[in-house]
Amino acid sequence: MATATQTLTQSQASLSERFVRFWNKYLLFIYTGGAIVYLMAPVAVMILFSFNDPAGKSNFVWQGFTLAAWLDPLGVAGLESAVMISIAIALLSTLVATALGTAIALALARHDFVGRSSTNLFIFLPMATPEIVLGASLLTLFVAIGAPPFFPLSFITILIAHVMFNISFVVVTVRARLSGFPTHLEEAAMDLGANEWTTFRKVTFPLILPGILAAALLAFSLSIDDFVITNFTSGATVTFPMFIYAKARIGIPPQVNVVGTIIFLTAVGLVAISTIVSRRRMMRDEAIARKHAIAGT
Amino acid sequence: MGGFLRRHKRVIPYALLAPGLLWLVFFYVLPGFQMLLTSFWSGTLETGYEFALSNVSNYSDALVKYSAQFGRSILYGGLATLLTFAISYPLAYTIAFRGGRYKNLLLFLVVAPFFTSFLLRTISWKIILGDTGIVLGPLKDTGLLPDEFRLLATPAAVIFGIAYNFLPFMTLPIYVSLEKIDKRLVEAAEDLFATSFGAFRRVTFPLSLPGVFAGSLLTFIPAMGDYVNAQLLGNPDTTMIGNVIQNQFLTQNNYPTASALSFLLMAGILIAVAIYARLLGTDELTAGGV
Repeated sequence: MATATQTLTQSQASLSERFVRFWNKYLLFIYTGGAIVYLMAPVAVMILFSFNDPAGKSNFVWQGFTLAAWLDPLGVAGLESAVMISIAIALLSTLVATALGTAIALALARHDFVGRSSTNLFIFLPMATPEIVLGASLLTLFVAIGAPPFFPLSFITILIAHVMFNISFVVVTVRARLSGFPTHLEEAAMDLGANEWTTFRKVTFPLILPGILAAALLAFSLSIDDFVITNFTSGATVTFPMFIYAKARIGIPPQVNVVGTIIFLTAVGLVAISTIVSRRRMMRDEAIARKHAIAGT
Repeated sequence: MGGFLRRHKRVIPYALLAPGLLWLVFFYVLPGFQMLLTSFWSGTLETGYEFALSNVSNYSDALVKYSAQFGRSILYGGLATLLTFAISYPLAYTIAFRGGRYKNLLLFLVVAPFFTSFLLRTISWKIILGDTGIVLGPLKDTGLLPDEFRLLATPAAVIFGIAYNFLPFMTLPIYVSLEKIDKRLVEAAEDLFATSFGAFRRVTFPLSLPGVFAGSLLTFIPAMGDYVNAQLLGNPDTTMIGNVIQNQFLTQNNYPTASALSFLLMAGILIAVAIYARLLGTDELTAGGV
């Protein structure tokens, strides 16, 4: 009786074991392929419908191929100004947020001071607050002040909001880079007589530059795509996402898909380039380190 | 510059912090307080507003009036979080454990779609899920589905849209925690005669829980507050609390009610997170995960 049960559980185990092995060998890869197709599907549709000829109808159903939208990508009333406003806000908010955020990251990673851990926690809060609450609470502040430059809502209030939500993302990105580097490079510079400012300029800054660039790229893409917070702080100013939202119900013109495709390809291209460059540099550094190690022995 | 810094070394960190933190105090903390004040207002934009503590009834009124939308936010947000978990875990597992030299490429492919505008992605789903779109069209033509079957403008489409849009917030933290696992632990379990599934259940999965915890929070919090998916993929009966807040703030100019609703949303999120943390039993989870 006991042996019978044992064989039974054993054969069951080997069956599930075989399933797990099969799963590990093939299904996981098939699954991953499927997942990537699923993730990419909306992007493919966006690109495809930039070539659609809606023929007067809304751009929801495929009607026929045309290059018209690509040849005149800003040829819809209001689109050009919306894109320009979005780019201006993204550039300015990236510039300000990157400067402010990098300074905070430096303080957190390289200095010991009273209130450090509470600052750490405080930086996380805006990222953990739902966007709708960030936007709505800013709106109540602007309404309560009720005077320029905060009210009526304008380009400036959008900019204020975008800098606000970008700061934390910059801090986290730059600090991640800083924590990868021990402080002895800076200590060595100081020992050799460099003061704080020179040490920062010649040692720390070049080290964290890739981190700063990554943070700026992230801030720019968060800003140019932001809809929820902008919706609460824009008033009559129309950014690119606001333009899309206004058109969403009646169907967006294919030109919007063209601009969306250009933004997508630019972002992906920049990320690919920065990844390749930083990997090259890492390999070069490793090669140099190896050479030194050999020379040392 | 150098001389000043040397003389006032202890000032440096505060000088570095001040501009950024002041920005956050003025445009993150202060708005929070203002919203609290606003939620105790009565009156309208035309007549002017008045603050009174008795207006705490704004909260109870809002809760009663919009309980259906609150319920839907919790339900849709919760289901969407479960769905992103179900999709993300095997994906993160494959990349972390079998990705080999393609690890970075696979991660890039997972993140790349999210460089597309949030709104355009959602509108694309509207096209894909359309009543005669590329998914339902062929299924209806072959008779596998009845003609009147639809996905668009249903709760399923809203949940599906939310799950898609917040997917990387789940996949990346799970990937990070799986990637950190010492593979020798899994081998040790197998050497000690655990089946592969047993090793997964007793070793790999528990060690990845910090990532699951962080990922669910990062997905659930924005999902609860979302209104874009409900707006574009749903119908008037699938509105969530975000839709109400947006409408009250931007169309009705009913700032007091809208502010009270925003605080109730935050409270709802905090309660949900606290229950979840208690269920997972998790002091050490947050320490390793976030």
